[in-house]
Amino acid sequence: MREKILNYIEKNSRVDIAELALRVGADEQAVLNELEAMEHERVICGYHTLIDWDKVGVEKATALIEVRVTPQRGMGFDKVAERIYNYPEVNSIYLISGGFDFMVIIEGKTLREVAQFVSEKLAPMDTVLSTKTNFILKKYKDHGTILAKPAKDERELMN
Amino acid sequence: MRNPLSSTIVNIKPSGIRKFFDIAAEMDDVISLGVGEPDFDTPWHVRDEGIYSLEKGRTSYTSNAGLKELKEEIAKFLERRYDLTYDPVKEMIVTVGGSEGIDICMRAMLDPGDEVLIPQPSYVSYEPCAILANGTPVIIELKAENEFRLTAEELEAAITPKTKLLVLPFPNNPTGAIMERKDLEAIAEVILKHDLYVLSDEIYSELTYTDNHVSICNLPGMKERTVLINGFSKSHSMTGWRLGYACGPEVIIKQMLKIHQFAIMCAPTTSQYAAVEAMRNGDADVQEMKMEYNVRRKYLLKRFAEMGVDCFEALGAFYVFPCIKEFGMSSDDFATAMLKSKKVCVVPGTAFGDCGEGFLRISYAYSMENLKIAMDRFEEFVNELRENK
Repeated sequence: MREKILNYIEKNSRVDIAELALRVGADEQAVLNELEAMEHERVICGYHTLIDWDKVGVEKATALIEVRVTPQRGMGFDKVAERIYNYPEVNSIYLISGGFDFMVIIEGKTLREVAQFVSEKLAPMDTVLSTKTNFILKKYKDHGTILAKPAKDERELMN
Repeated sequence: MRNPLSSTIVNIKPSGIRKFFDIAAEMDDVISLGVGEPDFDTPWHVRDEGIYSLEKGRTSYTSNAGLKELKEEIAKFLERRYDLTYDPVKEMIVTVGGSEGIDICMRAMLDPGDEVLIPQPSYVSYEPCAILANGTPVIIELKAENEFRLTAEELEAAITPKTKLLVLPFPNNPTGAIMERKDLEAIAEVILKHDLYVLSDEIYSELTYTDNHVSICNLPGMKERTVLINGFSKSHSMTGWRLGYACGPEVIIKQMLKIHQFAIMCAPTTSQYAAVEAMRNGDADVQEMKMEYNVRRKYLLKRFAEMGVDCFEALGAFYVFPCIKEFGMSSDDFATAMLKSKKVCVVPGTAFGDCGEGFLRISYAYSMENLKIAMDRFEEFVNELRENK
């Protein structure tokens, strides 16, 4: 049941309990209990909203920053990651395979704000060897959702 | 001037759905539950193959019976899904949707005066196709108490010395009824006894919500006397591509191919290339869509149960068929009134045969969001009717 619940709410966390129960084939109380348990266990870490800020006319600057670091003795990358993720400006951070170590996603109000964070906070850190900042110019699809307006139902009303 | 028209065609009634469409089209904010086609787009990898075939310039005719590659894939699909074995060279034609298959099957098989048994409620094209093929349609009225399945007794009662062909439309549009193995076994006995042929329209076969769909061709002695119609429209959400197929005994397929060759030439080439991809890599898409349909199906049945509206458990296709006899209105009046007062558009059961009177076809080829609004409005309507009684 867990996996079924999670698979569905990952795409639509606002589904009503009655529908969710129908989808996973369990009764509503059982589904509620399972949700609560998963929140408690931090399997479910939060319920967020996917927003297309462009449509609201609010300026946002998002950057994907490739960061190369020197892992700290005895603590590997985790300690370094912690120092980075404690900044509230950091939206996400992932340890990455390949040519660099961390992918850090920063969201700021303006390009300048993001650039400032990188140059003043991130780059000067002892363990950081280099950074490469990639700004997002346009979001097409996020979290599996296409942001463009869905096409109208063009089927004939009846057939 | 002489009458330009054929009396045969003039005497055929147009589809009864049109009138509703005209009223509904005039109104804003109508929620339709009237559509008989999937709401999902064709899976992208399938569309992409179609596009790719165009880019490669594959824009000529294919062989009359269809692309060899596609027919081989269809044969594999029928084998893995329904345990059916067909020779893709001699026993199969790729058609312009299942509809063409129905038409050419009847034209290939019927002589004037041959009777065609058509269980109703069912899809609107069987009766006109039988008439256009010079056959005589004989209607078998299916009953709600049998969950709209065809019984051996009903079949037996309709047979005359002139009966040649039985149309078997399951999973059924509009009722959502299915025929399980035991039901098929019971009628197969009658079919064999009277030496009948079968046109089995299994276009909704992939949308069966109990065990796997069973084709009548699986039963002993039936494959030799059955033309199986299927296609991509419902299973792979490919209605607009117009692509189906017919499988059957070589002697019949050979004659069907003649009609197809002269009337159609071949099914659309782009669609055939896309369908190869659908057959090779599309099984998971079908399962995913089916799971979604099943949730909606359960939701509608639950809502009707809560409203106290009688609705048998439809186990196939994407329709439920609630009974509205308690309101003392005809299906047509009910549907018209609900459309006008609640802006919910459904199809009266009578569009699928006189015995559909007292029922409505509700399609769940719509998002849950849509279905929720529609069911709320339906409930309001029903409550008002009950209060005003």
